[in-house]
Amino acid sequence: MSGKGILVYAETRESEIHPISFELLGKAREIAEKLGLEVWSVILGSGISDKASQLIHYGADRVYAYDDERLRDLNVVAYKSVLVDFVREMKPEIFLIGATPWGRSLAPRIAAALDTGLTADCIDLQVSEDGKLIQIRPAFTGNILAHIETTSKPIMTTIRYRVMKLPEPDPSRRGEVIVRRPERVEADGVRFLGKVSERGVNLADAEIIVAGGKGLKKKEDLRILEELAGLLGGVVGVSRPLVEEGWISKDHQVGFSGNTVKPRIYIACGISGSPQHLAGMRDSGIIIAVNTDPSAPIFRHADYGVVADLYEFIPRLISFLREVKGHGKGSVKGA
Amino acid sequence: MEGFRIVVLIKQVPDIEKVRFDVETGRVDRSSAPAETNPFDLNALEAALQIKERCGGTVTVISMGPRQAESSLKDAIARGADRAILLTDPRLAGADTIATARALAAAIKKLGGFDLILCGEKTVDGDTGQVGPEVAELLGIPHAAYVCELREISRDRVAVVSDMGDKYLYELELPALLTVTRELNTPRLPTLKDLLRAKRAGIEVWTADDLSEHVPANMLGYQGSRTRVVKVVIPSAEHRKGIIYRGEDAVEKIAKILLSEVAAI
Repeated sequence: MSGKGILVYAETRESEIHPISFELLGKAREIAEKLGLEVWSVILGSGISDKASQLIHYGADRVYAYDDERLRDLNVVAYKSVLVDFVREMKPEIFLIGATPWGRSLAPRIAAALDTGLTADCIDLQVSEDGKLIQIRPAFTGNILAHIETTSKPIMTTIRYRVMKLPEPDPSRRGEVIVRRPERVEADGVRFLGKVSERGVNLADAEIIVAGGKGLKKKEDLRILEELAGLLGGVVGVSRPLVEEGWISKDHQVGFSGNTVKPRIYIACGISGSPQHLAGMRDSGIIIAVNTDPSAPIFRHADYGVVADLYEFIPRLISFLREVKGHGKGSVKGA
Repeated sequence: MEGFRIVVLIKQVPDIEKVRFDVETGRVDRSSAPAETNPFDLNALEAALQIKERCGGTVTVISMGPRQAESSLKDAIARGADRAILLTDPRLAGADTIATARALAAAIKKLGGFDLILCGEKTVDGDTGQVGPEVAELLGIPHAAYVCELREISRDRVAVVSDMGDKYLYELELPALLTVTRELNTPRLPTLKDLLRAKRAGIEVWTADDLSEHVPANMLGYQGSRTRVVKVVIPSAEHRKGIIYRGEDAVEKIAKILLSEVAAI
């Protein structure tokens, strides 16, 4: 075995690589330069070998592709067994996994099997002056940031989606792809029976979110937010009470028990700003809040606050935007 | 008795709405807020109670924490749990997720036999969601995370829907562990009568010595942890502009911001 490495798990969904894998490769590259490591990536699935070169373009020096029919479905025990064997063989210094629901289900099993430390849901990784990896993660529902060191090897970390910069792929970058068949796929006890439903909306990738909370009086009024979202080319989010009322499906929920989002613009309408909600949207680009209560906590986390009734403000905002657009001035997308 | 032997793992956490954070020192003042059961764990307990009511069985609740965590276990008894065990010992303190999982897995082994282990998807203080899958690995049983629907349970298997963004259907052989979302059910509230009954209920207290048959003490608590918190920072909200508009011109101001930003997409 040659050299020491930092390993990135390339997550796949139905044979496509999840973009978080590329973000992790960008960060891995940066750490590798500082610590003198190679960047390795491992990808599992069925019929995924031809995707492996993408990982090289994004920064991997070597890619190990476990291409096997037994790895077609997301089976946590099967994936765990292959990855544990791989880590035992390669002995990476650091092992990065995306903090997607799948990554957060898989990583702890691997860490427990390897008896190593695992830090969850990090938003940054730094190298200290004495060459230690510092893992930074929110805790207490996003109210604190903890700096964490791992005392065992490999250092394992899951990293939140869309916090690391997506690197520019370089198609001329050279690296090695090693296609493998796993010696052992232990898949006891878990059977994947299929996809029940696709999420209706992908908040995690949204650039503009118009979100509503308890300030909305009835389900039908979500239409006001949908209209604004449509005009801006965005999507509708909600705080938890609206999902609990059954007004809208959970894939629209922003917050600690829903989706963590990072749009360029987040417009909070009739949302007071509970810690649970703030934990899901505090890293948004521009935060605009509309609320009748000037003391609502959301205003302390907003770039622009409007003390107004959303039932008056949002329709007027919509007609203003429509009028401007009608004059052919703005290029409002998606309208 | 032929019913399901169900174990529910719960944690006592501070009420996150009330807890105070010291921006200067980075300290979390746990005493500033009343303690409660981690909200996600109540959904796990509710699922256990529903299975017990439908199919028969027993519900054992296990928690690791300081002595005060007894009140969360008593609350679980009031809601319908049959037995409650508190793992408490200075040697268990300061545990990271892997050291916590070792203690819980050892306690479950000590119970002797089980069919199903349920826990919340994560806690509101640690936010990791790691302990459940780690316990499953240490016990060598399958798990499903982010379970939002329990389709079917039989003597030897359980069918669940896992919310991974898209929703997937899995069938697990029992014994198995499930981490559940808040979508799964609505937790019941204990009646006053139940609360009074639970007040007198005995909570079994186990120390590291009680677990020593299954895990050595040096693998527990701070000593057994593989991660260390080196610093805590409380981010302030001050980096936001905090411009407040009231009255007539607010529409135009916000519209201008949107137009300049949205056109750039």
